[in-house]
Amino acid sequence: MVSFKQQDSQSVQQLIEQAKGKGSKKLMEKIMPKILFLTALVSVLTTIGIVFTLIFETFEFFTRVNIIDYLIGREWLPFAGDSPAYGVLPLIAGTLKVTLIAAVVAVPLGIAAAIYLSEYASDKIRRTIKPILEVLAGVPTIVYGFFALTFVTPIIQTVIPSVKIFNAISPGIVIGIMILPMIASLSEDAMSSVPNSIREGALALGSTKLEVTLKVILPAAISGILSSIVLAVSRAIGETMIVSLAGGSTPKFDMNITDSIQTMTAYIVQVSSGDAGYGTTIYYSIYAVGFTLFIFTLLMNLLAHFISKRFKEEY
Amino acid sequence: MNYINQKEVIKRMSGRIFLNGLFKVIFLLATLFALATLGILIYRMVTQGSEYLDADFLGNFSSRFAEKAGIKAALIGSIWLMAVVAPVSLLLGIGAALYLEEYASKNKMTDFIRMNISNLAGVPSIVFGLLGLTIFVRSLALGKSVLAAGLTMSLLILPVIIVSSQEAIRAVPNELREASYGMGATKWQTILKVVLPFAIPGILTGCILALSRAVGETAPLVVIGIPVIVHFLPEGILSQFTALPMQIFDWAKRPQPEFQHVAAAGILVLLIFLIVLNSIAIFIRNKFQKRY
Repeated sequence: MVSFKQQDSQSVQQLIEQAKGKGSKKLMEKIMPKILFLTALVSVLTTIGIVFTLIFETFEFFTRVNIIDYLIGREWLPFAGDSPAYGVLPLIAGTLKVTLIAAVVAVPLGIAAAIYLSEYASDKIRRTIKPILEVLAGVPTIVYGFFALTFVTPIIQTVIPSVKIFNAISPGIVIGIMILPMIASLSEDAMSSVPNSIREGALALGSTKLEVTLKVILPAAISGILSSIVLAVSRAIGETMIVSLAGGSTPKFDMNITDSIQTMTAYIVQVSSGDAGYGTTIYYSIYAVGFTLFIFTLLMNLLAHFISKRFKEEY
Repeated sequence: MNYINQKEVIKRMSGRIFLNGLFKVIFLLATLFALATLGILIYRMVTQGSEYLDADFLGNFSSRFAEKAGIKAALIGSIWLMAVVAPVSLLLGIGAALYLEEYASKNKMTDFIRMNISNLAGVPSIVFGLLGLTIFVRSLALGKSVLAAGLTMSLLILPVIIVSSQEAIRAVPNELREASYGMGATKWQTILKVVLPFAIPGILTGCILALSRAVGETAPLVVIGIPVIVHFLPEGILSQFTALPMQIFDWAKRPQPEFQHVAAAGILVLLIFLIVLNSIAIFIRNKFQKRY
């Protein structure tokens, strides 16, 4: 009897010890963290891949074109047979024109929408409008590009007849509409996270809602609002299809917004959809332009990160 | 002594209240502007494209003639593209999210990975195209195939998938994990049988939204050099193909006015595709969301 008992009944402790000894289970416990770590490394590898690709191919480009000429040149004529010119400033000018117009449209409207949603709208209205704004943010950019070309440009042309078919205004406005939800949504988050006690304190002192918003809420949420603007502008700089369809393909270094322009992204698309052979200077130029674009957006993203860290208000 | 100049306050009161009302209307109009744009955009696409959107349009290949142009190759191509992007980006994205939420200890490496992911989310899609062109199309010699485009798109949406999966995993109450450990389960068993089943509706919702971004993304495909005039269906992941946004881009660029209608019809197909995907996401969220 005694021996039977000893053989059959085991304590939970023993069971666990036994289970630990089983090979496959132990192996899973050891191997899964490593596999998951490798999947997390893919994103790091992607960044390394992007940076190295851009650096190597851009380096190849600069063995053929003087880097100083590239950085300060005011003519971008890669297709001019015998004497091509590779000065990037016209492409940067095109990008900045469109981005500026987009910001002029999106910043006031986005912040106004954010204020309405956060301070004035009832809970029910907010819960209806926010998803619709998300839909607006989810519309593919090719659709926006087509909309700019076939709807916004003709309207602008009837208002200002001197505007060409391809111009900076129409894609600028449409990019503004595209980034508006981003500013509205992120700014609304920043404003909603300002504690209600502060809001009520200001109201109790006899302020109107507008005064509370402008003098209390906006200053308190400024870091979130600013970083949302910077992130949205960075999106506008990298936007491709809208400017490819509605912006044209004539890079010029001037301040004219009614004429055809070309942005950095639109140039890359123009070369890619044509047939510039592999290994030509034009082929390598898209990497140099891509690298320039990458630096621009990287700086904007770091700036947004810095703003939200540096000016963060803690309550 | 008066702390408040009552006369002055009363005099200004009506002006302040008026301003408040005025700005409320201005803020409301700004919000409505965004909503109105969406309405106009959809209305335009429907009025321009609906006459071309019929069975012929869905069943034909693209053509030089607007009347005969169809979207079959692009529609099937986009579905093929999804067939590559979905498994690759889901496995990599959910894996990375699980590592960061469940295993990663707080050290410099983890911080670096996190920072890296948030920076990667801000890289323009066209730059991913350059990466895909160099690494997948040329170095790995995959050509302009479904696989090369799919891998590029997977990397593009990876940061979105990781971040949304992280949020879903973080929402799993810690009590569930503790209870699982208390029953003697190991860490991986807990993740596989407790954390993942709880988090999967949230993860899938985020993933489908990310996938719908991949469906509509055009710039990387242009840079990779995906052809637009394709008169065959892909036979495998290594065959050439075209996709919905590429086809729309091609039509929208053509000078003939009829092709504007064809492009609008293509956009309608793309939007319907996206609405279906998003409806699935909403369905999953409502059907499987458990609340504890």
